[in-house]
Amino acid sequence: MAVVADKSKRYDRGIRVWGAHGQEALEAARVCLLNAGPTGTETLKNLVLGGIHSFTVVDGAKVTPADLGNNFLLTADGLAASRAQVATECLKELNESVAGSYVEESPRSLMNSNPDFFRHFTLVIATQLSEAGAVTIDKICRQHGVRLLLLRSYGLLGYVRPSVPEQRIVESKPDSKVDDLRLSNPWPELEAYAASIDLAGAEDVLHSHIPYAVLLIKAAQQWRQEHDGQLPGSCAERTAFKDLLKSWQRHIDGIPLEEENFTEAVANAHKVWAPPTVSSELRAILEDSCAAHITQQSPSFWVLVAALKRFIEQEGQGQLPLEGSIPDMHASTQQYLELQRIYRAKADADAAAVEAHARNILEAAGRDPASLPTSEVKHFCKHARYLRLVRCRSLAEETEPASCRADSLRAALSSEETAANAALYVLLRAADRFHATYQRYPGSFDSEVEEDAALLKSQANALLAECGISGAGGSAAGGVSDDLVGEVCRCAAGELHVVAAVVGAIAAQEAIKLLTGQFVPVGGALVYNAMACTTSVFAF
Amino acid sequence: MGLEGRWRDIDYLLTRQGNVVGPGFEPGPEIREFLQNDCRVLVVGAGGLGCELLKDLALSGFGNIDVIDMDTIDVSNLNRQFLFRMHDVGRSKAEIAAQRIMQRIPGVSVTAHHCMIQDKPLDFYQQFHVIVLGLDSLEARRYMNSVACSFLEYDEDGQPDLSTIKPMVDGGTEGFKGHARVLIPGVTPCFECTLWLFPPQTKFPLCTLAETPRSPAHCIEYAKIILWPKERSDDSFDADCEEHMKWVYEKALARAAEFGIQGMTYQLTQGVVKNIIPAIASTNAIVAAQCTLEALKMVTMCSTGLNNYMMYVGTDGVYTLTTPYERDEKCPICSAGVSYEVSPSTTLQQLIDGLVADPDLGKHLSAPSVSYGSTNLYMRGALEGQTRHNLEKPISELVDGEGSVIHVNDRKLVSAMKVRLKFNGTNGHMET
Repeated sequence: MAVVADKSKRYDRGIRVWGAHGQEALEAARVCLLNAGPTGTETLKNLVLGGIHSFTVVDGAKVTPADLGNNFLLTADGLAASRAQVATECLKELNESVAGSYVEESPRSLMNSNPDFFRHFTLVIATQLSEAGAVTIDKICRQHGVRLLLLRSYGLLGYVRPSVPEQRIVESKPDSKVDDLRLSNPWPELEAYAASIDLAGAEDVLHSHIPYAVLLIKAAQQWRQEHDGQLPGSCAERTAFKDLLKSWQRHIDGIPLEEENFTEAVANAHKVWAPPTVSSELRAILEDSCAAHITQQSPSFWVLVAALKRFIEQEGQGQLPLEGSIPDMHASTQQYLELQRIYRAKADADAAAVEAHARNILEAAGRDPASLPTSEVKHFCKHARYLRLVRCRSLAEETEPASCRADSLRAALSSEETAANAALYVLLRAADRFHATYQRYPGSFDSEVEEDAALLKSQANALLAECGISGAGGSAAGGVSDDLVGEVCRCAAGELHVVAAVVGAIAAQEAIKLLTGQFVPVGGALVYNAMACTTSVFAF
Repeated sequence: MGLEGRWRDIDYLLTRQGNVVGPGFEPGPEIREFLQNDCRVLVVGAGGLGCELLKDLALSGFGNIDVIDMDTIDVSNLNRQFLFRMHDVGRSKAEIAAQRIMQRIPGVSVTAHHCMIQDKPLDFYQQFHVIVLGLDSLEARRYMNSVACSFLEYDEDGQPDLSTIKPMVDGGTEGFKGHARVLIPGVTPCFECTLWLFPPQTKFPLCTLAETPRSPAHCIEYAKIILWPKERSDDSFDADCEEHMKWVYEKALARAAEFGIQGMTYQLTQGVVKNIIPAIASTNAIVAAQCTLEALKMVTMCSTGLNNYMMYVGTDGVYTLTTPYERDEKCPICSAGVSYEVSPSTTLQQLIDGLVADPDLGKHLSAPSVSYGSTNLYMRGALEGQTRHNLEKPISELVDGEGSVIHVNDRKLVSAMKVRLKFNGTNGHMET
């Protein structure tokens, strides 16, 4: 019991972001790290602090002096010892509830000798692998259904690439949410409640505590009666609508009384004529083929999307199930709670209708209709408006000339906003080719920086030419600028601590998203440009 | 010492010429020697950002770091403040953080200051080349801003004197979002120039709390603001005392039950009472590393600097925005002098009243003193008697004329507000 209490205190700030259920998901996560450079150890540090279940570090190197200049999770005492072992010990110190282990072997050799090793993890974090190594681990992880994050810190360039075939997000937790109040089309119970409130007959205190939602329902109804069933459309009509509301305010000697509920009603009048709509993201999910073909294997997300679609077409009459919560509004306690109850009851009824559809769909697919808990359906309905889906291409698809999205790459290279970061993306890949050719990264030796720049540039041009992107001779139209080529050579694949810290922290955020199923992960390659302090996400 | 080659990666950046660098960058081993031996950096705050900043600075080659924080370590810090352990709870954040950095990174010196930022004299802040802020309150940021701006001097052409600029880097986080910004007084906006970037706190009207509570938060605020002073007037409320927090929770719970309000929890009570901003390790790490990188660029010019604000939003994919915010030329804290129009016949008393009533300047003032050059025109406190007679004099008799800059001081300010007087010529135009 004491341990439980301590945990809720220790993880309190995180739980406020992702909830107790998010914390539970983290505490179940088994994470594998490839390479214990600063990019890797910083990522794990952030996750160990957050309270994952366990981690395993795979690294075949020994601790060198250069490691001590950029990695906080190694010690000077550990010089020449196994980097995997020293990092594991330092990481375990951060949180005694997290178990840690290590394998002293190079990731490349482990991937080749024992690909099954990776199947036991929830998430693999592969750092500082060349493109060839990244393609290999991506294939292994996809085969075993293990989530993957690919990370690079390369001089002043950072790279974060989640690789999950499909991330289905119920709790996307958008920054701004819309209030679904149904003011212009109340369902019978809400309509009856609004009608039961007698504006003219209410004494002053009550009159100034009628929730604005009720005022707007009444005003919308009256307006429709007076305007052939239409809502206010033009600017002038909307002003007139607000004047109608104001005309209901109480006056003393011709001066309107200050009634906050009316002020709120006027400020929220747009909710009458601009109710929330179905977003393009949600529309795409509803139309996805996964929802059209529910099978034995379909995840419950898709079963629920299929049910949601039926609800919208049938009971919902084009509307989503009601979320059920209402914003605070100036009102008496009793009136507000009553209104809250009415909205909640409707939300419950909608969720029950969705649940019935879901059970039918399960049955039709030959599955147990009782296998879906009611709580999951309710949770789904509450967040239905904000469902999101992220599908990452495999790394092989992204990098092979036959399947890469050359048009997107070309567009990114020629758009002013993304040109520099797209060029860095190309240069990172070109640097790997350089390494494959010359067994060193460009700029490794002070005396060869300039020569290497020319060689790196030709690697970049060759890569672009393979993708059918020509005119890459450094011209403004879609080329890779000499300035950036020079900067990539200058840093000689150095793993700067600050860049690794940024990459590792962005990666930890992405890991938390992948593990909790909350928020929306990056859907492609994120490039962090530490020179310009910018990021871009590319789905090539 | 066997650590030859330890700074290999950072040396690429510091010893090689680049194409994308700051003005006047001269690569060479001297830069790292300067960082190691001579450069002084202050980290304000040893919390979520502070722990990260100390580590990042030390591993970026900074050899002399000071850290100031008045707080002690709490269990709820351990989810992100990675330099602290369970057995450190209750001890000084600054001291433990300094100790842990020095233990781990040979050759780095970190000096801890376990005190309030206001306890230090201005001279203390003067000695640093750059100040990095890892704070969570606007109030503390404004204080540090007035400290940094107090060193700033302008030449006769109204250009900032570069030798008086005390640069700062600031970071902040909330959940998956954060910001990093660079403050170069006189060049980029200071906090006062861009106060609107900080959202106001939500406050509930008292009558809602007392008469028509509708949410758990209303009940919690009622218990804390109304019931506590009424029922426990002898105790001053301490949000860090568990018994106090439990009391508020019990009272709020009872009130919620009385009104039929659902969803009351102890966690929510703490959140509302302490105004807890959720903080996680990863976001702090992103922001602190970005801030450190900017401090490094500022001191070494090894790469182009941030101009001047970077926003990071990690909730929906990753979205960042870099914005060159503009200075407020009329900022009373960092400008060469805010222009203020008066009639030459305005008395000093009228001028002071006018400043306090001014919608822009008045928010920094409560009971100002005024000086002109080395002359005290009107001083509160010990010199009040000696300077009181000036209050009745017209301002034109007290200063040299059009364009004179008077210094207005106030206990709300750390440094004087500079006001450049503009005479509007029409005698007697001022309303009295």
